Amino acid sequence: MSAVWLLLTEPLQYAFMQRGLVAVVLVGVVCAVVGSFVVLRGMAFLGDALAHAILPGVAIGYLVNGGERGALFWWGLGAAVVTALGIGAIGKRTEVKADTAIGIIFAGMFALGIALISSVRSYAVDLSHFLFGDVLGVSVHDLWLTGMVGGSVLLVILALYKEFTVLSFDPVLAVTLRLPSTLLHYLLLVLVALAIVVSLQTVGVALMVAMLVTPAATAFLLTRRLSRMIALAALIGALSGVIGLYFSYYVSVASGAAIVLVCTLFFVLALLFAPQRGLVWRKKAVRAA
Amino acid sequence: MWKSWLLRPEVHEAGAPILEVSHLAVRYNGRAALEDVSFRLDAGERLAVVGPNGAGKSTLFKVIAGVLAPTAGEVQIAGRCPGGHICIAYVPQRTQVDWSFPVTVAAAVMMGRYGRVGLLRRPTRQDWDYVRACLEVVGMAPLAGRQIGELSGGQQQRMFIARALAQEAELMLMDEPLTGLDVPAQEDIFRVLETLRARGVTVMVATHDLQLAAERFDRVMLLRQRLVGLGLPDEVFTRENLQQAYGGQLHLIQAENGWLALGDTCCTGESA
Repeated sequence: MSAVWLLLTEPLQYAFMQRGLVAVVLVGVVCAVVGSFVVLRGMAFLGDALAHAILPGVAIGYLVNGGERGALFWWGLGAAVVTALGIGAIGKRTEVKADTAIGIIFAGMFALGIALISSVRSYAVDLSHFLFGDVLGVSVHDLWLTGMVGGSVLLVILALYKEFTVLSFDPVLAVTLRLPSTLLHYLLLVLVALAIVVSLQTVGVALMVAMLVTPAATAFLLTRRLSRMIALAALIGALSGVIGLYFSYYVSVASGAAIVLVCTLFFVLALLFAPQRGLVWRKKAVRAA
Repeated sequence: MWKSWLLRPEVHEAGAPILEVSHLAVRYNGRAALEDVSFRLDAGERLAVVGPNGAGKSTLFKVIAGVLAPTAGEVQIAGRCPGGHICIAYVPQRTQVDWSFPVTVAAAVMMGRYGRVGLLRRPTRQDWDYVRACLEVVGMAPLAGRQIGELSGGQQQRMFIARALAQEAELMLMDEPLTGLDVPAQEDIFRVLETLRARGVTVMVATHDLQLAAERFDRVMLLRQRLVGLGLPDEVFTRENLQQAYGGQLHLIQAENGWLALGDTCCTGESA
């Protein structure tokens, strides 16, 4: 017992671990809640694209401010919003299919980001921080920003929960009820963008989509009520963050990767053992029949 | 007893027909999906909309519901344009619904009331009672707590009608509600449609089934981008009209008392 206790408390003596743990819990919850709607609306690819597309914004912010991190948030957010609107416009106004438009913009923006960052000498280290996150470098200021922005995202979702639900389940109903559908759609994209930008430092752009999609998909397999699915997704997201961070501390693997691996593990477990829906259950049912 | 007054439709502009469509046209990328369609419906009427795949049935419904903007012409619901009305319900084709969505039957029906609940508000006790009453009308009250994916095809369809009732719809547009249902399930739907008529709800049903359209509806509309015919089944389902609407897709055989239509008009792949 005391050995386990020691195992859990030992990393906490370091302030960077304390900050890291708070960060992964915040990010896990915010991403999972927003991600639940991403999963239900089938926007996983769009989420991935948005995450990658903030790279040039971050890169410009980085170059302009000479490596200072404070302004990266706003630059990243700007890039994400421009991308979200751009994808929406191309999908609507031209004959290019939506997922093709996403693919083009996603790769183009990502390439631009890499090109910009590679113009700096310490390129390899900085790039890897943006791509894979640097949770142990989170500052107190970053935590405040994550908490405020993440909290606002959660509040907006709570306030418009009914409307986002209708929009996800039956967009045509949303129109016949005369809800502001287009506005709600773009608002959801902005919320996804905000969730991504506040999570940038924790998991990085390359693995971001996992934080959005994997806990929500896991929760989807475990319940048939939307409210429970969202709560469960938040729990799984936060728990994966904490377990992943401990794991990376003891085994010394990259923290972002460790967190995503734990998320994935939860998903595989749910896929196999979820009551009624899990593969193991189905096999049993077949055998019983 | 409160069920009867709760579901009574509200009054619109006096004297105006519930639906008036004039010179409606819709074009997608230059291709005409609907052309010069004009007609009017009175309150409480039950109309079948028949036509081959791609005839524009879904397009017509979406324009009437205000989901799609017409290229030309206009739609008036009780004397006003559809944009401000929340009394029009569009009942989607069952194949276009995500049945794995984590929502119960009661919660899905409650979505119909969201327009009346209002932004930033939560459904009240009365709203839930109303949903319960709507489920009772369609005989689905015992299934209120089920996840929607656990329903049979007929139950799914009745759930959507309950949702339209919860919306307090006066005009219901049903896209292929009878397709893929067995006869008892279709009869359940027709029983519900009878109840709707008693409440003065106007119903437009898109269907591929010429026989059901002829037997169970007040009037029928034959559509192929243009309005081929609208009126009593006998007047509309003539040889010339059917040939005009279906072309080679429909084979007509002369029978004892009229023409026997053999359709090759399955429901898959309807895009417009």
